[in-house]
Amino acid sequence: MTDTSIQTQVQQGDAGFSDFFALLKPRVMSLVVFTALVGLLAAPVPVHPFIGFTAILFIALGGGASGALNMWWDADIDRIMKRTQSRPIPAGRVTEGEAMGFGAFLSVLSVTMLWLATNWVAAAILGFTIFFYVVVYTMWLKRSTPQNIVIGGAAGAFPPMIGWAVATGGVSVESVLMFTLIFMWTPPHFWALALFMKADYHEAKVPMLTVTHGRKATRSHILVYTILLAPIALGIAATSIGGPIYLAVSLILNALFLKGAVDIWRRDETTAESDSYRTEKKVFGLSLLYLFGHFCAILLESGLRAYGVGGW
Amino acid sequence: MALKVEHEMHRRRLGRNVGLGLVLIAFVALVFGLTLVKTKRGDFNTVPPSQAEGSN
Repeated sequence: MTDTSIQTQVQQGDAGFSDFFALLKPRVMSLVVFTALVGLLAAPVPVHPFIGFTAILFIALGGGASGALNMWWDADIDRIMKRTQSRPIPAGRVTEGEAMGFGAFLSVLSVTMLWLATNWVAAAILGFTIFFYVVVYTMWLKRSTPQNIVIGGAAGAFPPMIGWAVATGGVSVESVLMFTLIFMWTPPHFWALALFMKADYHEAKVPMLTVTHGRKATRSHILVYTILLAPIALGIAATSIGGPIYLAVSLILNALFLKGAVDIWRRDETTAESDSYRTEKKVFGLSLLYLFGHFCAILLESGLRAYGVGGW
Repeated sequence: MALKVEHEMHRRRLGRNVGLGLVLIAFVALVFGLTLVKTKRGDFNTVPPSQAEGSN
């Protein structure tokens, strides 16, 4: 027998470094990093740059760990849906056990390191975020209620609160409002996507609102959540992290987003299909700009405040 | 004929091992940096600064 006759096919367990990195859901991590950074920089207490960098790194790692645990639990439905079939577990590059061990290890590491680097409040919120995303959303709500995206969205809303807690060691009106902004933004953002991305949730038995209540009801839900979102977004302007620039940006973005939601609500499926869901796609793109714009405005106000010109 | 043939499996394992090595080095550097910052800021001082001054 020679060396070359030994089994050399890529098998389960022969994952490359990039496969483990993919388990961390890097695209989701970028939103976590950005919003946590804004929460940290907008806080009234300055943080040492190195400690701030370490905190953001471990918040991102905690978010990534929950992504890995989500992929471990959802491996069965990821194999069914086309969009997720190329993920490391359904593609056979990483075993379910490896993903679970990897996610659990990184969860403990990220929470412990955030605690040692900053304070227990930030670490506790990060730990709760991981628990909420993995247990409450992934294991419980995702497959049992069409409101999964609403309640599950809370997990993605915690990072600015963690960033704020890193700096201040506590929770305040400002950090809760930043949380609520993302929490209320998630449903219209995701449902706009669900309207034109006809994913195979039905085959995977995931009760998405578009499947359980129909597309007309989804359009109404988008409008209701967008209306409820506006006062929260505008309310931030009146707090210590807001200011005239934030207010102006928020007024414009809310007007555009509300108009988009009304446009979606007034359309029916025939019209939407005839122009390949142009309005739905536009509103989805706008929703990304909406969140990015609000957090950039908070960051700008915070930066200007350092020169004595930001805020009211 | 080459004695050692490079296969996809070997490439993946090498990538994983090198990646893990770099991550561990970065982690050690991070903990070292954190320790330096916290020590300089006096995070590990058990005696309050006022008492420390008074004892001199």
